[in-house]
Amino acid sequence: MLAAGGPYPAGLTDTEAGRAPNPLPEGFSVPAGTLYRGREGMWSWVAHRVTGVLIFFFLFAHVLDTALVRVSPEAYDTVIQTYKTPLVNLMEYGLVAAILFHALNGLRVVAVDFWSKGPKYQRQMLWTVVGVWVVLLAGSFYNILEHTLLTWFGK
Amino acid sequence: MSTEISDALVVPSAQAHTGKGLGTGNPADEFVIEPPRKRTRKTPRRTRTNFEMLAWLFMRLSGIVLVVLILGHLLIMLVLDGGVSKIGFAFVAGRWASPFWQGWDLLMLWLAMLHGANGMRTVINDYAEKDSTRLWLKGLMGAATVFTVLLGTLVIFTFDPNI
Repeated sequence: MLAAGGPYPAGLTDTEAGRAPNPLPEGFSVPAGTLYRGREGMWSWVAHRVTGVLIFFFLFAHVLDTALVRVSPEAYDTVIQTYKTPLVNLMEYGLVAAILFHALNGLRVVAVDFWSKGPKYQRQMLWTVVGVWVVLLAGSFYNILEHTLLTWFGK
Repeated sequence: MSTEISDALVVPSAQAHTGKGLGTGNPADEFVIEPPRKRTRKTPRRTRTNFEMLAWLFMRLSGIVLVVLILGHLLIMLVLDGGVSKIGFAFVAGRWASPFWQGWDLLMLWLAMLHGANGMRTVINDYAEKDSTRLWLKGLMGAATVFTVLLGTLVIFTFDPNI
């Protein structure tokens, strides 16, 4: 037998709560928003997807450009020159940002799945991920963009 | 009324997200996701394996290894010793003279491509609703993955510094 009100706690009826009537019969309700939906958990999941897809497409291009070492040293060096232009150098910094987030948040996902207290601390772990991400990006800013900074501003 | 799920009421996987097969008589069934591991006599043989569980496990294990491999790669290529400006044919030849870095790059290539391909498979399954669209996208992505992995492997194994 189903408990009165269906499998989910019904709480107040729509009329009692002053809500628009539910298209379902009184007493039945659909699971509402969870702690995860619309909050840090969901947005980190969205960011993980977006960065993952971006990294995968870069990976195709990167294997293809590296394959030019089998064509000739000149062909490889010509294409690698584009990686040293300021615009692409900035995109490399963006790529590093995407990879760092995906890596750190991936470790958080592993902790959520395998550590017994992972789900409880998923939010705190996300803010730790964001903190470490900002520190690592700030710390590598000069080294990664050195080539561009020297090109633009000189020694 | 019983909350048990009977074999007869389980719907094809294409309709599974509607939960219409739960058969408990509760109108909210429409919003309930059917138990994913439900197996019946009619379940096709290929869905009786643990493929999805193994894929899930692979993502976690390869992910941990990739954190080390890729962050190490980025550190050497983009951060240390002048960053990207030092990279060229001579630099690659110097690194691939060592079997250690050849092995590093080979493992990184395979794990990253398989990790990425499985991630894309998940994304395609989530957003491409039409059966034929899913099939085409996954086929195209799979073919590109196989090509890229084989090309990269060939390049690492046949690299010639005196070309």
